[in-house]
Amino acid sequence: MNTLSPTTDHAITEAPWIKWSLIGLALSFLALFLVLPLAVVLYGAFEAGINVWWQAITDPDALAAIRLTLLVLIIVVPTNAIFGVAIAWAIAKFEFRGKTLLISIIDMPFAISPVVVGLIFVILFGAQGWFGPWLAAHDLKVIFAVPGIIIVIMFGTLPFVARELIPLMQQQGKDEEEASLTLGANGLKTFWYVTLPNIKWGLLYGVILCNARAMGEFGAVAVVSGRIRGETNTMPLHIEVLYNEYMFTAAFAVSSLLTGLALVTIVLKSMVEWKDERKHKTH
Amino acid sequence: MSILSRLQQATLALTFTSVSFIALAENTLLNVSYDPTREFYREYNQLFSQYWQKQGHEAPTVRQSHGGSGSQARSVIDGLEADVVTLALAYDVDALRQKADLIPENWQSRLPHNSSPYTSTIVLLVRKGNPKNIHDWNDLARKGVEVITPNPKTSGGARWNYLAAWGYALKQYGSEEKALEFVTQIYKNVPVLDSGARGATNTFVQRQIGDVFIAWENEAFLAVEQLGKGEFEIIVPSVSILAEPPVAIVDKNVDRKGTRKLAEAYLAQLYSDEAQHLAVKHFYRPANPTISNQYKDKFPQLTLFTIDDVFGGWNKAQQTHFNDGGYFDAILSKISK
Amino acid sequence: MGKAVMKSVLPGFGITLGFSVLYLSLLFLLPVAGLFLFTLQMSWADFWVAISHPQVVASYKLSFAASFIGATINAVFGTLVAWVLVRYQFLGKKVVDALVDLPFALPTAVAGIALVTLYSTTGWVGQYLYLWGIKVAYSEIGVVIALTYIGLPFVVRTVQPVLADFSKELEEASASLGASRFTTIRRVILPAVLPALLTGYALAFAKAVGEYGSVIFISGNLPYRTEITPLLIVSKAEQYDYNGAAAIGVVMLAAAFILLLIINSLQWWASKRG
Repeated sequence: MNTLSPTTDHAITEAPWIKWSLIGLALSFLALFLVLPLAVVLYGAFEAGINVWWQAITDPDALAAIRLTLLVLIIVVPTNAIFGVAIAWAIAKFEFRGKTLLISIIDMPFAISPVVVGLIFVILFGAQGWFGPWLAAHDLKVIFAVPGIIIVIMFGTLPFVARELIPLMQQQGKDEEEASLTLGANGLKTFWYVTLPNIKWGLLYGVILCNARAMGEFGAVAVVSGRIRGETNTMPLHIEVLYNEYMFTAAFAVSSLLTGLALVTIVLKSMVEWKDERKHKTH
Repeated sequence: MSILSRLQQATLALTFTSVSFIALAENTLLNVSYDPTREFYREYNQLFSQYWQKQGHEAPTVRQSHGGSGSQARSVIDGLEADVVTLALAYDVDALRQKADLIPENWQSRLPHNSSPYTSTIVLLVRKGNPKNIHDWNDLARKGVEVITPNPKTSGGARWNYLAAWGYALKQYGSEEKALEFVTQIYKNVPVLDSGARGATNTFVQRQIGDVFIAWENEAFLAVEQLGKGEFEIIVPSVSILAEPPVAIVDKNVDRKGTRKLAEAYLAQLYSDEAQHLAVKHFYRPANPTISNQYKDKFPQLTLFTIDDVFGGWNKAQQTHFNDGGYFDAILSKISK
Repeated sequence: MGKAVMKSVLPGFGITLGFSVLYLSLLFLLPVAGLFLFTLQMSWADFWVAISHPQVVASYKLSFAASFIGATINAVFGTLVAWVLVRYQFLGKKVVDALVDLPFALPTAVAGIALVTLYSTTGWVGQYLYLWGIKVAYSEIGVVIALTYIGLPFVVRTVQPVLADFSKELEEASASLGASRFTTIRRVILPAVLPALLTGYALAFAKAVGEYGSVIFISGNLPYRTEITPLLIVSKAEQYDYNGAAAIGVVMLAAAFILLLIINSLQWWASKRG
C-alpha cells in the first residue's frame, strides 16, 4: 500500500485543519448537550456538601422510592428478557406466517408516547374504567398501586431485549443448534450450552438498555402512580416531588444517584460492546 | 360484546399475576391534598398523631399525596383510595360526588366554616423594590409587565387567581365584557403557564421569570420568608377573593376500609386551637375567629369577596369560565391571534 | 419453501411463539385496542371536534415542528459525531463514544430539570444567550433543545456502524478517478449512509413526538404556543375529559404507527442496499 501515490492518500483523508475543526465542532456540540447537563446535576447535588447529599438520599421517602424502583426493576427486567429470548428464538429459528408483522409490532411500544401508555391503563383499570368495578369488588388494586406502575414500565421497555436478540440470532442461524441436537443433546441443554453462549453479550446489552429505561420511566408512571409519599413514588417521581417542595438540593441529590446509575449503564454497555467486538475478531 | 368479554378475561389473567396486597390497617389514613399544603400537613400529621395517642389509640400512619388540585381529584375519582381529601377548592371536592358518587351531597355542611378549617386569599408577589411599580390588579394588565400564574384548567390555585382578577374588574368596570377584556389583557402578559401552583412558584422564584406572581397568600409568605429572604415583596391588592380550600371525608372509601372514626377525628382536629395556630405558622388564615383576631397584624386587611357572592358558587363559575367553551378558552384563543 | 411453516428439528417453537404472542397481546395489543374501542364510544362528530380544536392543532404543529427541527439538528450533528468517532483518533475518544448514550440512559425527568437549570435566563448557558435577547427556557426553542437532547443517540448509533463498515477502497477508487474529497463524500459516502441516517432520523423524530418528561420542565406550557401534544393529553385527563384525551391519544398512536411503517421501510431499503 505504500506505493500508493501521496495524492490518493491525501484524497481519502481530510486536511489536518479540517479534521481538527470537525473534531472541535463535534466535541463542542457534545459538551453543550451532554456534558453540561451532567455537570449541572452533579454540581446541584454536591453544592451543599456531601453530608447534605447523604441526608437527602437516606431520607425515608427517598429510600422508599429507591426500594420501589428496585422492585420494579427486579420484576420488569427479567420478564422482558425472557420475552425477548422467547420471541427471538421463535423468529430466528423458525419460519412461519406473519413473522414480518410480528417483528414490526415489537417496535411499536417504543414509538408510543409514555403519556398515552398511562392513559390506556387508567381507562382500563381506573375506578371509572372498564375493569374498575370488577377490580374494586375483588379488592384488587392496579392503578395508583405498585402493579399499575410495573405494568406501564413493562409496556414501555418491552422491545429492548427482543430488538437486540432478533437480528443477532437471525444472523447466527440454526446450524449449531441442529448439530447439537443430532449429537443427542435435548432442547434445553442445547439452548443452555450452545445458544446462550452465542447470544450472551447481545442479551446483556438488551438487559442493560431495558434496565436503564425502566428505572427512568416518568411520563407513564406519573399518570398511574397517585404520588403517595413513600409508597407509589418511583425515583423519577420522587425527584419531581422534591422539586415541587423547593428542595432543590435534595432533588439534585436523588437525580445524581440516577445519573450515576446512567453512567454505570453506559460504562457497562461500552464494556459489553468491546467484549463483543473482540469476540468477533477472534472468530 | 364478545371482544369485550374476551378482553376482560385476558386482562384478568394479567392482573392475577401482578396483584398487590392491600392489607390496609384501620389505623392508616391517606390524605390526598393539593400542592401548597405539603409543609402544613407534614407538621399537622405529627400533631394529630400525638392527639390520637392521647385518646388511647395506637399511633396512626398518615400517608400524603400532593399535586395539582384538579389532578388529585381526578386520581381519587379513578380509584386512588383517599380517606380524606384536602383540596384547593370546593369544585374539585364536589367532583368526587358528581363523577363517582364517593361523597354525599351535603358534604360541605358537615364541618364548620364551609368545611374550610383555614382560608387564604390571592395576593401579588413582586421582586425587591417593586421595580415595575405594581400596586393593584390593573397594573397586571399593563403592557410590558410579565405575570406568572398557573393554568386554571389544571390548577385550583390558578382558578382562584383568575376569579380574583375577574371580581376586581367586575367591581371596577361594571360589566362582564369589560371583565373579559381585562382578564384577557392579564393573560396576554403570561409567558409561562405551569400546570400547578408549585411549578409556577418555581418559575417565579427559582428561574426568576416574570415581574409579578399571582399567588396564594400562604405561598407568597413562604417565598418572602423562606425561599428568598429579602428578594420579594408582597403587594396587597385593593380587593381579592376569599379562598376557601375545603376538606372532606371520602365516605365510600372510609366505610370500605373501616377508617371512618380516624378520618373524622383527623378532620375535626384541624379546627382545634393547636392546629389553627399551626395553620397560621404556615401562613394560612385560621377559620376560628378568636384565633384569627390574635393574628390581626400578621395578615393584611383587605376587602374580600366570596365565590358565592360574585360568581354564584363553584359549579356556575366552573361552567361559565373554565369548562370547554367557557370564557377561559375564549381568552386563550383570543391571545393566540 | 412453498409451505408457510417449515419443518425444523429444533424444539420449542410452540412454547416460545405462544408465550411471545400471549405476552405481546396481554401487555400491548389488547390495551392499545382498548384505547381504540374506548374512542368508538364517541360519535364521529365528537371525535372530530376533539382532535381538530384549534388548541389541539396548535399542539400538533409544535410537537411535530419541534421534533422535526430537533431530528434535523441531530441528523447534521449526529452524523458529524459518528464521522469523528469512526474516522479520527483523539484523546478521550472512548469516553466520548460512551457518553453519546447518556440521553438514552438518563431519566427524562432528570434531563428536564438539568436542561431548565442550564437554559433559564439565570442558568449557566441561558444567561449569556439572554444577553443577546435569546430566551431558551419556556419558549419554543426550549422544546427544540429538549427534543434534540433525547434524540441524539439514535442518529449517532445508526450511522456509526455503517460508516465503520464502509470500505475505504471505494473512496480510494473515487479519489483515483480524480474526484475531489468533497465530491467523494457527497457522491460516494453520503449515499451509502443515507438509509441509516434516515432511519436514525425517523427514530429520533418518533421518540421526540411522544416525549413528555424532559419537555414539561423546560417548555412554557402556554396553550397555542408552547404546549406539546402529550401535555395536552395529560391536561385533558386531569379535567376528567377522558374522551378528549383518548381521542388525541389515538391520533398520537396513528402517528406512531405511520412513523414505524416508514422506519421499517427504510430499514428494509437499507438492508437491500447493504
